[in-house]
Amino acid sequence: MARIAAVLLVIVLGVAAAAAPGPASRTVILSTTTSTQDAGLLDVLVPIFERQTGLTLKTVSVGTGQALALAARGEADVVLVHAPPLERKYVEEGKLTKRRLVMVNDFVVVGPESDPARIRGEKRAADALAKIAAAGARFVSRGDKSGTHVLEQSLWKQAGVTPAAPWYIESGQGMGATLGLADDRRAYTLTDRATYLAFGRRVALTTLVEGDRALLNVYSVLEVNPANGPRVNAGGGKAFADFLLAPQTQAVIRTFGVDRFGQPLFVPIAGRKEEDL
Amino acid sequence: MDLLVAGVREALRLLLTGDSDVFAILWLSLQVSGLATLISLALGVPAGAALALLRFPGRTLVVSAVNTGMGLPPVVVGLFVTLLLWRSGPLGAWEILYTPAAIVLAQAVIAAPIVMGITLAAVQNVPEKFRLQMLGLGASRPQMVGVVLREARLPMLAAVMAGFGGIISEIGASMMVGGNIKGQTRTLTTAMVLETGKGNFEIAIALSLLLLVLVFGVNWTLTAIQQRRVW
Repeated sequence: MARIAAVLLVIVLGVAAAAAPGPASRTVILSTTTSTQDAGLLDVLVPIFERQTGLTLKTVSVGTGQALALAARGEADVVLVHAPPLERKYVEEGKLTKRRLVMVNDFVVVGPESDPARIRGEKRAADALAKIAAAGARFVSRGDKSGTHVLEQSLWKQAGVTPAAPWYIESGQGMGATLGLADDRRAYTLTDRATYLAFGRRVALTTLVEGDRALLNVYSVLEVNPANGPRVNAGGGKAFADFLLAPQTQAVIRTFGVDRFGQPLFVPIAGRKEEDL
Repeated sequence: MDLLVAGVREALRLLLTGDSDVFAILWLSLQVSGLATLISLALGVPAGAALALLRFPGRTLVVSAVNTGMGLPPVVVGLFVTLLLWRSGPLGAWEILYTPAAIVLAQAVIAAPIVMGITLAAVQNVPEKFRLQMLGLGASRPQMVGVVLREARLPMLAAVMAGFGGIISEIGASMMVGGNIKGQTRTLTTAMVLETGKGNFEIAIALSLLLLVLVFGVNWTLTAIQQRRVW
């Protein structure tokens, strides 16, 4: 009995120690999209940030919609996302502040080699989607309020089409899983180039539409208004935002991915304006 | 098929070269789920035994609730634990969301009803006449409970196996409350989802083989104890 009591005591003490609140200002929570994690960029940047500042960064990788919603509730200190229209909405509401551009890459429309809707080489992505809808060709959507999904919805709007089943398929999953599904169903989909490159050898999908200005994938960092909730670490959030825009960090972003894919995945754009891109 | 072969080869390579990232993930999973199992035992065994031995109004309702709890969906637990641990939540001051402690908490909540339910069944299987006999021979109630638990200890090892097996392979709660942070809260199952999402199927297969080996190893040890009755 004494031995059991001792074991229980150790457990209780262990849990209490683990649960004891650490000094709040040393921990920063970043809410961000799955694409930055899937591409592996954060695995490179976070250790550098922690070494430089002595802060601990916790990364929560979710869809852009959820990343912004978490920050608006004060559950995160800084946000790195890629859905400009949504971001502006939160800035206007005063929930998020100091939106600054960090880096850019682009989206591409990919599909089966046979290209049943004949969209290959189409200049405007919206026109390509209109053709897909007119042909009733299968299209896989993320359907998860991610940055990619938000852009896709705005493209459908420009195309003047309300996509619907049976040719419109919503995966509800991340970009990688969605590419796999599109490959399996011989369907079109919209993907960020980084994930497509990472998945390139796995899927038989080919790039059909690229280079449209509407397909620019702009990542911004936003700081969280401390009024959103208790315990927001505004100083820590600002430290990470400043870190992303620092020249040394931007240099790391510029070369990231070259070793694995033979080309960089992101172009750093600190200090530039959206109109100039 | 070639992927599976590549996965097995990758698993062997990761194991043999002692890949530090993989071992850190393996070790974290083992620690987190091990501690959560211990906590669920500390809570579930006394509660299950009490439920088996006591008679009170509404007991059937409580037993039904425990049996339902044995099938508690991990995502549901994950969601509620997340809400509790949010900065704006009632336990926000602890600041343990996205830490291993949060995963331990969620997994203990998932495993406790499993341990409780199996303990309940094990203790009820000790014949009631045996209990009455002991009391009749002058044993005190605590002595009687001690002996009954000792009699039920072998079936109760099944509780440990079921609880541990359930939470080490659980993904929904670990992902939600842990956040799958590299080097901090990335467990075997969350790493597997991430690697699959990245298209690194070999690594995902390797991790799943490691998980199977780990669960098998733990169960083998416990089963050996149970079957040889050395304990």
